[in-house]
Amino acid sequence: MLFLERKVRVGLNHAVEVISPDGQTRIGRVAALDEQTIVVEVLGSTTGLGLSGTLVRLDDSPLRMPVGPGLMGRVFNSVGRPLDGGPAIVAEQHRPVDGRALNPAARALPRDFIETSISTIDLMNSLVRGQKLPIFSGGGLPHDRLATEIAQRARLREGVSGGFSVVFVGIGISHDSAETFRLAMADSGALEHTVMFLNRADEPSAQRLLTPRFALTAAEYLAFEQNQHVLVVMTDMTNYCEALREVSASHGEIPSRKGYPGYMYSDLASLFERAGCVARRQGTITQLPILSMPGDDIGHPIPDLTGYITEGQIVLGRDLDRRGIYPPVQVLPSLSRLMDAGTGTGFTHPDHPALANQLFASYARAMSVRVLESVMGEQGLSSRDKAYLEFARVFENDLVKQEQGRTLEQSMQLGWQILHSLPTAELTRLSAKQIEHYLGGRKDD
Amino acid sequence: MSEARISWIGGPVLRAVSQDSFTIQEAILVGPRELPGEVIKLNGKEIIAQVFEDTTGLEPGELISGTGTPLSVRLGPGLLGHIFDGLLRPLKLNEDPFMEKGVSKRDEVVCGFTPGLAAEDAVHGGAILGQCQLKGITSAVLIPPGVSGTLSWIAPKGDYSDTECIARVRDPGGAEQTLAMSHPWPVRIPRPVRKRLTPDRPMITGQRVLDTLFPIAMGSRAALPGGFGTGKTILQEALAKWCDADIIVYVGCGERGNEMAEVLDEFPGLEDPSTGKLLMDRTVIIANTSNMPVAAREASIYTAITVAEYFRDQGLQVALMADSTSRWAEALREVSGRLEELPAEGGYPAYLSARLAEFYERAARVQTLSGDEGSVTIIGAVSPPAGDFSEPVTTHTKRFVRCFWALDRDMAQARFYPAIHPLRSYSSDAGALAHWWQGHGNPDWANHRRRLLTLLEEQAQLERMARIVGRESLPASQQLTLLCAELVNEGILRQSSFSLVDRYCSPKRQTAMLLAVMDFIQLAEKAVQAGASPAEIAKLPLLRRLHRLGEEFGEDQIKRLELLRRQLEYEVESLAGGSSRES
Repeated sequence: MLFLERKVRVGLNHAVEVISPDGQTRIGRVAALDEQTIVVEVLGSTTGLGLSGTLVRLDDSPLRMPVGPGLMGRVFNSVGRPLDGGPAIVAEQHRPVDGRALNPAARALPRDFIETSISTIDLMNSLVRGQKLPIFSGGGLPHDRLATEIAQRARLREGVSGGFSVVFVGIGISHDSAETFRLAMADSGALEHTVMFLNRADEPSAQRLLTPRFALTAAEYLAFEQNQHVLVVMTDMTNYCEALREVSASHGEIPSRKGYPGYMYSDLASLFERAGCVARRQGTITQLPILSMPGDDIGHPIPDLTGYITEGQIVLGRDLDRRGIYPPVQVLPSLSRLMDAGTGTGFTHPDHPALANQLFASYARAMSVRVLESVMGEQGLSSRDKAYLEFARVFENDLVKQEQGRTLEQSMQLGWQILHSLPTAELTRLSAKQIEHYLGGRKDD
Repeated sequence: MSEARISWIGGPVLRAVSQDSFTIQEAILVGPRELPGEVIKLNGKEIIAQVFEDTTGLEPGELISGTGTPLSVRLGPGLLGHIFDGLLRPLKLNEDPFMEKGVSKRDEVVCGFTPGLAAEDAVHGGAILGQCQLKGITSAVLIPPGVSGTLSWIAPKGDYSDTECIARVRDPGGAEQTLAMSHPWPVRIPRPVRKRLTPDRPMITGQRVLDTLFPIAMGSRAALPGGFGTGKTILQEALAKWCDADIIVYVGCGERGNEMAEVLDEFPGLEDPSTGKLLMDRTVIIANTSNMPVAAREASIYTAITVAEYFRDQGLQVALMADSTSRWAEALREVSGRLEELPAEGGYPAYLSARLAEFYERAARVQTLSGDEGSVTIIGAVSPPAGDFSEPVTTHTKRFVRCFWALDRDMAQARFYPAIHPLRSYSSDAGALAHWWQGHGNPDWANHRRRLLTLLEEQAQLERMARIVGRESLPASQQLTLLCAELVNEGILRQSSFSLVDRYCSPKRQTAMLLAVMDFIQLAEKAVQAGASPAEIAKLPLLRRLHRLGEEFGEDQIKRLELLRRQLEYEVESLAGGSSRES
């Protein structure tokens, strides 16, 4: 925080550049104003700043980012400056990084199913274009690999209008995770459709608050001006929230749960709500934020508030990972809220929702049988309960676990096949017709 | 007009200094763009105010002007079928899809007026002056509360702007007042009524678990708490679609923009099952999504309830869906934090419970000023952090509502919707509503409801026991209880909002389904007493059909349910007969 004497006119939230005696510049913004003082929040380290010799250059607008068609294939730092040694962007526009709220009346309902080639997502928690679907993970779980695979393979089922591009946002991540992602995208030849924004773990935390804002500004430009379908991968949102807490504490604000500021919900919403489809525009923004749940606790404020904002979540599980099941998607706590808008008749397959529903119901049942088994042992179970145990085993090993990508049809076929291990009387989410058609010709016990 | 100059600004809160007098909660216009705001505190010459829009660009020294009135919204024709922001300014689809600040002003609405009174009639506030027609929707034109006297002039039938003078009233003192089809009303002040009545009939929601187990009366209030992903929004939307209120006010308070898009996408294509009219024509949407300014979020709830009261005053039954009241409480917390007030539990201000009480108390069944009967029913979603119902917003809300519909994460994870936990939810309205069901096809409703609840309670206990001794070792009668409870869950309580057949369930169909399940339970109990084993009963092919009652017997197939009951009797009894003969 800098406190300046107010001798010039400046508006709230306007951008400033703080130049230290050694000539380094950092950016900041006007946080509060009264008649005598200007309070500047420095978004960078204050090391080397002194009361004399520090120069502050005031801008007449909020922080903006230069954007233009040359964004593609480039790598930027947290504040939108090139990191790849390339020239500065030829700016077609300067867009404010905070963006503006989308008018709810101008939103179009996301409906286009995206095939990620992952059964637990496509079949059970379908992703649609314009959705924000976070991955709730934990330290050491393969969330980066999953996100990379989705970014590489994701495709629409039918003819696509508009190009496809990826914006990768690394927030407080290590150099090697950023490099892994870059290499993976380069391998699949997708690098020229990718824009990367990197904020490394050793950079000042205040800048971490800007990284996703710059990246989403670029994404909005690509989607709504360049008609691109943009997939924004943001990792790791937990680092973002930690930075938010740190900055809030330094402002002396009254903390809410676990020391996080009371406005964390609104702040996260200002990022996540920038996903969506807009009426009369071709491009869309789909967000795939990744966050590691502190202590693997889904009730922690970070995953909790995120879950209230996003349209579902994909939860990764440590026990599945330990058993060598990749991707270790925990199906039950995972959810896609927009699944009903993008699946079924006219979108994917008429029987897709019923099948997913039945698999959920049966797997939930199987999980409660597992609890029973842990108390009484398998011998104490009835034949029906044993069938459920077998179902769960096959479900995890054949459907959840996958080495290669699957089309939705392949996933659905697997789903029907797995249901064979349960008696028909248990399949109450399916109609008699569906049972006849997919599971017919079998003998019931 | 009083004026002040900004002396300090940070976030949505500002301080200003003035020589003029302002009043608490006075609406103000801030800066050159005239951003709307409201005075919160007065301290000598200093005023403290909140601004309902993004304050970027404001600076000290800029002008604030008072409006002389509290924060108000204009109530009149043109509300139904449209979407508004938290201050009731229309949200329209413009070329620019993003929100612009300070420019979205209310448009005048031109609509047809038909006078219902004549000159020299004595009038009073709340009376119905005539009717207005706009795009096929007819609504009453109300005289604003507080006006009374003799009508000295009323406009003839014709098209007028909603702010144009259509009548003049001479009060007893001889002063004249002009009336228009719309009038402003301060959002934080409840609109007056002649008297409050006790709720006596249910609001039929079309959801079996609610209508049968936890019914809500017209003019009552309910809370819908649940962690994320438990289906609050889907249930709120289902209620907005299928409940039998005349008017729905749906307020999206700090929620997702896509949810508003969903309502706007879906409602225009749906029909009200009781009237056959388009659902959109009975709906007002108020949206302050989570990325819109936080101070306006706090106001949006009051705007919504004021709009609901306005329709109630026309003698209509109104349902207000508030999703979510937690975001509103958080907005209170945020503003309170900026004012550096002493926080109470969870960082919320100490007046949280008073504010919640004021809000829920505005739900009522009333006799309006014009003598009609109207009601406002509030259904408020609560989003407790980590799904923990002991947090302040849930616990305080619980004190003021009559129905508590607790959503359960485990049920939601098994995709058992609506995920209303039958043992943690309650309805204080149930007792008063039994007589309504008596007159509408189910004289035994209260007994049936009690029976279902005890069955579900027993199920929970037996399952705990079965976990230790195993299901097979339970006595036959208890195994049957588990079987029946499962049937109640699957056959009656589960209802998919996405199923075209089952998304709405009329009272008639609910009763028919309930009777079929009750028959089965009775017959099965008799059969077990006569020696049949629960395992045999579980194998009956009919049971699978009973489990899918909702899906297989739509509204047009209630008669077939009768046949099913007869078949049931035959099959279960033959089973009992068979077994007793064997033994």
